[in-house]
Amino acid sequence: MRDGEKGTELSSWDTLGAVAGAGEAAIGIDIGSTTAKIVVFCDGQLQYSCYERHLSQVRPKTLELLLRVKDMVGDRPVRVAISGSAGLGLAKAAGIPFVQEVFATGETVKRLEPDTSVVIELGGEDAKVIFFKGGMDERMNGTCAGGTGAFIDQMATLLDLSIEEMDALSLKHTRIYPIASRCGVFAKTDIQPLLNQGAAKENIAASIYAAVASQTIAGLAQGRRIQGKVMFLGGPLYYCQGLRAAFKEALNLDDDHALFPEYGRLSVALGAALYATGQSACTDMETLIRGVSAACNEKLETAHTQPLFADEAEYQAFCARHSRASVKVVYPTDYIADCVAAGRDEHGVCDAYLGIDCGSTTTKLVLMGMDGELLYAYYHSNRGNPVGIVQEQLSEIYKLCGNRIRIKGSCVTGYGEDLIRHAFHIDRGLVETMAHFMAAKYFNPHVDFILDIGGQDIKCFKVKDNAIDSIMLNEACSSGCGSFIETFARSMGYEVEDFAKLGLFAKAPVELGTRCTVFMNSSVKQAQKDGASVGDISAGLSRSVVNSAIHKVIRAGSADELGQEIVVQGGTFLNDAILRSFEMEIGREVIRPRIAGLMGAFGAALYARSLGLAQSSTLGPEAVAAFTHTSKAATCHGCGNNCRLTINTFHGGEKYISGNKCEKGAGRKVPEGADVIPDLHRYKREKIEALAESAKDGGRGTVGLPLALGMYELAPLWFTFFTELGFRVIFSGPSSRSLYMKGQYSIPSDTACYPAKIMHGHMEDLVSRGVDAIFYPCLTYNIDEHTGDNHYNCPVVAYYSELLAGNMESLSKTTFLYPYLNINDRKQLTKELYDLMKDQFGGFTRQAVSRAVRAALAAYDTWMADIRREGEAAVRWARERGARIMILAGRPYHIDPEIGHGIDKLATSLGFAVVTEDSIAGLTMDSAAAVPIHVLNQWTYHARLYAAARYAVAHDDVQMVQLVSFGCGIDAITTDEVRAILESGGKLYTQIKIDEITNLGAVNIRLRSLIGALEYAGHEGEYGNSRVETTADSAPTEPTQAGKEVADRV
Amino acid sequence: MSDKKNPETQETPQGCGSTCVRSDVPERVIFTEEMRRTYTILLPTMLPRHFKILSEVFHYYGYKTEPLEIGLHGDSKKVIDAGLKYVHNDACYPALLVIGQFIAALESGKYDTHKVALLLTQTGGGCRASNYIALLRKALTRAGYDYIPVISLNFSGLEQMPGFRITLPMIHRTLYALLYGDLIMMLVNQCRPYETVPGTAEALADRWSSQLAAEMTAGHISYRKVKETYRRIIRDFAAIDGVQARRTAPRVKVGIVGEIFVKFSALGNNALEDFLVSEGAEPVMAGLTDFCLYVVTNAMVDYKLYGTGFWKSRIYRIVDRFFLHKQDDMIAAMKEEPLFTPPSSFRHTRTLTRDYVGLGAKMGEGWLLTAEMLELIESGVNNIICTQPFGCLPNHIVGKGMMKPIKERHPDVNLVAIDYDAGATRINQENRIKLMLANARK
Repeated sequence: MRDGEKGTELSSWDTLGAVAGAGEAAIGIDIGSTTAKIVVFCDGQLQYSCYERHLSQVRPKTLELLLRVKDMVGDRPVRVAISGSAGLGLAKAAGIPFVQEVFATGETVKRLEPDTSVVIELGGEDAKVIFFKGGMDERMNGTCAGGTGAFIDQMATLLDLSIEEMDALSLKHTRIYPIASRCGVFAKTDIQPLLNQGAAKENIAASIYAAVASQTIAGLAQGRRIQGKVMFLGGPLYYCQGLRAAFKEALNLDDDHALFPEYGRLSVALGAALYATGQSACTDMETLIRGVSAACNEKLETAHTQPLFADEAEYQAFCARHSRASVKVVYPTDYIADCVAAGRDEHGVCDAYLGIDCGSTTTKLVLMGMDGELLYAYYHSNRGNPVGIVQEQLSEIYKLCGNRIRIKGSCVTGYGEDLIRHAFHIDRGLVETMAHFMAAKYFNPHVDFILDIGGQDIKCFKVKDNAIDSIMLNEACSSGCGSFIETFARSMGYEVEDFAKLGLFAKAPVELGTRCTVFMNSSVKQAQKDGASVGDISAGLSRSVVNSAIHKVIRAGSADELGQEIVVQGGTFLNDAILRSFEMEIGREVIRPRIAGLMGAFGAALYARSLGLAQSSTLGPEAVAAFTHTSKAATCHGCGNNCRLTINTFHGGEKYISGNKCEKGAGRKVPEGADVIPDLHRYKREKIEALAESAKDGGRGTVGLPLALGMYELAPLWFTFFTELGFRVIFSGPSSRSLYMKGQYSIPSDTACYPAKIMHGHMEDLVSRGVDAIFYPCLTYNIDEHTGDNHYNCPVVAYYSELLAGNMESLSKTTFLYPYLNINDRKQLTKELYDLMKDQFGGFTRQAVSRAVRAALAAYDTWMADIRREGEAAVRWARERGARIMILAGRPYHIDPEIGHGIDKLATSLGFAVVTEDSIAGLTMDSAAAVPIHVLNQWTYHARLYAAARYAVAHDDVQMVQLVSFGCGIDAITTDEVRAILESGGKLYTQIKIDEITNLGAVNIRLRSLIGALEYAGHEGEYGNSRVETTADSAPTEPTQAGKEVADRV
Repeated sequence: MSDKKNPETQETPQGCGSTCVRSDVPERVIFTEEMRRTYTILLPTMLPRHFKILSEVFHYYGYKTEPLEIGLHGDSKKVIDAGLKYVHNDACYPALLVIGQFIAALESGKYDTHKVALLLTQTGGGCRASNYIALLRKALTRAGYDYIPVISLNFSGLEQMPGFRITLPMIHRTLYALLYGDLIMMLVNQCRPYETVPGTAEALADRWSSQLAAEMTAGHISYRKVKETYRRIIRDFAAIDGVQARRTAPRVKVGIVGEIFVKFSALGNNALEDFLVSEGAEPVMAGLTDFCLYVVTNAMVDYKLYGTGFWKSRIYRIVDRFFLHKQDDMIAAMKEEPLFTPPSSFRHTRTLTRDYVGLGAKMGEGWLLTAEMLELIESGVNNIICTQPFGCLPNHIVGKGMMKPIKERHPDVNLVAIDYDAGATRINQENRIKLMLANARK
C-alpha cells in the first residue's frame, strides 16, 4: 500500500475538536501486523499523520517515525500511547502506555461518529466487529484470521495483480463465484481452479471481496445482526472500493448507513492519541525516543531452533551432494546431430516427447529425447493463464526445433490437465500422482517414498512392491506448501530466492506454529514483536513448512515411517532452506533431483514415450500460432447441483467446459449405461424426496422437519410418527448455498462443521413456510445397532437443537420442539412423546401416540431394510459385471448434495458402483469380527464405518472412500482407525475432506489416483518405466538455451 | 463384543485370520497384580497441587503413582513437540498435551520404561475424550513403547485391569484430596492479586499441599480433623500480607470456565491465571469437585430422561448427597472468613441452566459449562473467559452457543471465547483478554 503522507486528509475532521491542550503534544501510534501508523497533535491541532508498511521491522520503523516528528513536537510535554497487535512488546520494552486496539477504535468512534451502531474494522491480520448499540460488545477474530488484509494481499499475488489493479478490476465484475469464506487457505483452493479454468480475473477479484465480507460477518457477528449505521475502518476498507461494495451488498446497507470515513486507516492511532490525552502520564520526545532506541537493541525472547547450516562449508557439501541427481541436458541441435550420427533419425527428423504439468500455480513443460535427455524445459508461474503459457511455449519449442524434431507423443498432467489436453490436442492425460511416481522411479528405482510439495498442494505416496501403496494429499489446508513462503516473502519485500538465502545462514531461526498458514502469520507477528531478523523468520518458516508437511499431512512419527529411499520433488524443494529443513527434521539424506520442479512434466514425458504412438495428435506449429482462447461463465441446469461452468472456446470454435460435476454438464454425451450404475447416495436421496411427497394432511396442522444432520437417518421415523397423528409433515430444503446463507447470520460458532451450520438455513426455511411447529429432538443416544461399545451421537448431532433454540430469533415465530428422547425403548419413547404431544398440542390419547410410535419404529426398520436390500443389489450388480465397488462412507447427512458436492456422481462417472456404509450393513456381519478395532467404538454412525472398512478388507473388488466434514473432531479418531483397518488388509485408504466449497478437481485427482494405483498394481509395466538411469552431472560445457533455462530454475 | 457387557472377552484377540493382524496397535497390555507392586504409574498432570495430594491417596492403597512434572516448568515445548509428533493433529489439544506429556516423560530417561504404567481417565461419554486412551496406545506404539500398560481410570466399567481396582474407601479419600485441592486453588486465586510479596500465596499453597499429601497416607482420616484443617488453611491464607486489600480495594474479577483440561491446566491455557494476576485481575474458577458432581448428576438425569440405569441412578443419588454434604462443609468453613468468597453449592449451580440448556446435554463439559458461566454472573463476576481447545465439539453448543442467550439476559456481562491450540499464539489470546479487561475497567 501507499507510503505515508502529510496529514492533509485529516483536515476535514470537524467533529474531532481539540486533542490535548495548548502547549502539549499527543501522539498515537498503531502498529499492526503489516503497517505502522502515527498521528501527532500539537497544541490540540493535528500536525502529522502517516501510514506505512513496517516490513517486520517494528521497532526501527517506530523509531524512524518518531525521529521524523521530533522537531515538530519540540520540547512540548508529550502524552503518548501505543496500540496495535504488534505494538504490545514494544510498549512494554519502551515503557510506553499500551491501549488495546479495539478499545482505541471505540474511543475514536465515540468522539467522531457517536451514532454509529456497529464498526467493522479490517486490519492486516485482524478483523473486528464492535457493537455500540444495544449492549456494547467487541469481537475480534479468534485463532482463525481468514479474510483479512494479509489474505487480500495473498490473493492479489496469486492473481498477479497489485492491490490497486485487483480493486479496479473487481468493479467490472459480472458474476460472483462461491469461494469458501472461512479461511484464506480454503479460498485459495477455490480460486486456483477458477484461474486454471480460465475464469475472468474481474469476477474472481469481486468474488474474493465477497468472501471476505461473508467471512467477517459470519465469523464475528456470531448470531448478532449487523444493522443500523455501520462504520468501516482499517487499511483494506480504505483502499478497496470493491471490498466496500461487497460489504454494503452483504449487509444490505445504503449510503446513509455505510460510513467509510477518511480517517479509516488511522482510526486506531487516533484512538490511541485520544486515550493518551485522558491519561495523566506525560513524557517528552527525548525520553520517548531514548526508550524506543533501547527497545530496538533488546535481546530476543522467542523460541529458536538450530541454524540450518553451521557454516558455508557445510552448505557447499550439501549442494555438491544434491547436484548428483540430475538429468542429461542436450541442446536440440546437438540432439539432432547425435541422433543422426547414431542413425536413429528418420530422414534427418528425430523423435521427442512432450510432457506438460499444468499445476496449481505453475506450469511446467518438458521436451524429452529418446533416451530421456532434456531438450527443453520450462518452469514458470502460470500467472492465472496456463493456456496462454502453453501456447507460447509450444511456439518456442517449434521455433527451436524447426522441422528436425517431431513430437512423437505428448502427455499432460496436473490441475489444468483437461483444459490443456482439449486445447492443444495432447495425446494423453495422466493423473499427477502417477506422473510423479514415474519421474521419481527414473531417479531411484528403489524409491519407496515420494514427497512432492508444490505451490499449494502436498502429495506424498508410499511405494510398496513397485506400486503406489498409499497416497496422501493435503486437503482443505495448504500449510506446508510453497506458495505460502512465496507470498510471505513478497509481503516482506523479498523475492522468494533471496528470502530463502537469508534463511540459510540465520543464526537463530524462530520457532513458528505448524497448524495453518494463518496461524503462522500470528507466530511471525510474535517473532517480529520480539525483534527477530528476516533471516531468522525465513529459516523458521522453512522449518515450519516442513513440519506441517511431515506432521500434519503425512503424520509421520519418525523417518522410518516415511521410508528408506526418499525422493523429494516439487518446486518448493528447489529452495535449499526447505530441503535442508526436511533432511534435518527426518534425520536422513534424501534425493532431490535437480529438476525437482519439473518432475510432473518429466513423468508425463516418460509416459508419453512409453505409449509408443505412431503419431501424435498434438497441435502443429501452424495450429499453435493461430490458436485463440476465450472463456465465459455459465450455470448448468442439468440437475440439482447447478454447477457453475466455465465454457472455454478455442480456435475453430472447439469448446471445453469445466466446473461440471458430471458428464452431463460437459455437454458431452452421457456414456452408455452411466445412468444405471447403482448409486446408493442417489437412491437414498430419491427415497427421501418420495417420502416428502407422500405427506398427507390429517387436519392437525403442520410439523416441519429440518432435513439436515440426523434427520437424514431418522426422517422415516419422525415422518411416520407425525403423519400417523394427523399432521402434515413438511421437510425443509433441499440444501443449497443460498439456503445456508439464509441462516448464516445466526451461527455462533463458525468452526462447527458445515452439516451443522447449514441447519440454521433449514430452520429459517421452515419458519418462512409458516409451519406450526418444528421438531428436531436432542438424541444423546442414537439407534443401538449392537455393533459397538456404545451408541452415542456426536455432541453436535445430539445437541445442536439447544444451540438453535438459543441463537435463532426467528424461531420465536413458531414452536420449536427439541425434547430429549430415548429412541431405543419403545415404551419409554411412547411415554416421552405422549408427554410432549399432550403439553404442546393436546387432544391425543396415549393409545394414539403409542400406535404412532409403533408405526414410526416399523417404518424406520422397513426403510433401513430396503436400503440394505438395495445396497446388496448394487454389490451384486457390480460383481456380475466385474465393476468396481466403492463404499462412499461418511455420515447419513453426507448424501446431501450441498454437503457431498456430488462426489457420488463423480465416482459413478469413473465407473464405480457406489454404496453407503449403512446399505451394506447386512453384508458386513460376516466380516465384522475379522479385524479388531482399537478405539472405543461408541458412536453409532462410526461403528458402521469400522464395519464397512472391515468389509472392504475382506473383498478385493471393494474400495472404501471416507468423506469427512471439515471441523469434525470425532473423525480425527475414526479416520486413523479406518485407515488402520484398511491398511491391515493391504487396502488403499482414501479420505476426502469436504466443506462449504469443495474443489472437485482435487477429489477427481484422488479418485483417479486410486484407480491409477489399482491399475498399476494389477498391470505392472504397462506404464513402461523400465528405463532407469541416473547420470552424473553432465550439463553441456556451454550452457545452451535449454540448459540455461534449466540451470536457472534448478 | 461390548466392553460393557463382557469385559473379559475383550482381552483375547477376536477370531482373526492370518491376513488381518493389526500391526498399528498391539493387543492391550494388561496391568497385572504383579505389576502393581513393582511398576510406577505415571499420572498426567492437569492440576499439579491436586494431583500431588491425589497421588498420595494412590500410594496409601499400594500403587506407586507419580504425577508428571515435565512440561510444567517452562519446558512445555517438549510436551507440545512430542504431542505434535505422535498425535493426529486434528485431535483435540488436550489429547495432544496429555499424550505429549507421557511420551516426553518416557523419553526423558528419568524412568525405566519397562517398569512404568500410564494412567488416564476415561469418562465413557459421547465426547471424543473417551478415546484419548486409544490415541495414547497408538502413540505409544508409534514411539516404540507398545509394551507399556495403559490403565483406564473410569467409573463406567470400561477396560478393567486385574492390577488396578478402584474401591469405595479409595473414592472416599480421593474426595478429600479433591476438596483440599479445590480449596487451595481458590484461595491462591483470591490471594495472589493482593499479596505484598509476590509468590507468598503460591509458596504457602505448596507447603500446604505437601503437608496434605502426607496426611493422605495416614491410616485413618478423621472428618472432624479435615474440617479443622480447612480452617487452618484458610487462616493461613488470610494472614498473608496485603490480602486485606481484597475487601478494601478489590481487583477486577475474571471468571474462567471451559473444557476441563484447558480450563485448569497452565500447560493447556498458557498459564492463564498467571497472566490475569499479572494484569491486575483476580481469577475465579470453580473447582474439580464440581466436575465430579456434574458426572454424578448425569447418571441421575439419564434415568429421568431415558428411563435407563435405574440402579445406577439410585447409587449415584447416594453419592450425590454424600459429595454435596462434604462440599457444604468446605463452603461453610470458607464463609467464616469474610475476606474470601466461597463457591456456590453445586446443588444450586445445577439449577441455573434451566432456561438455557437441558441437563441432558452431557457430553464433554455439557451443561456444566453453561451453569458455571451463570454461577459466576450470579456471584457478581461479570467478566468471563470461556476456554476451549480449537474445534471443541461440545463447546460449540454449551460454550459459544450459549453466549448469545446469556448476553441477552445479562447485557453487562463480558464473555470472551478463547481457543487454545498448538498453533495459536499467546499474543492473540492475551490481546483479546486485554480487550476484555479494558472494557471491564471502563
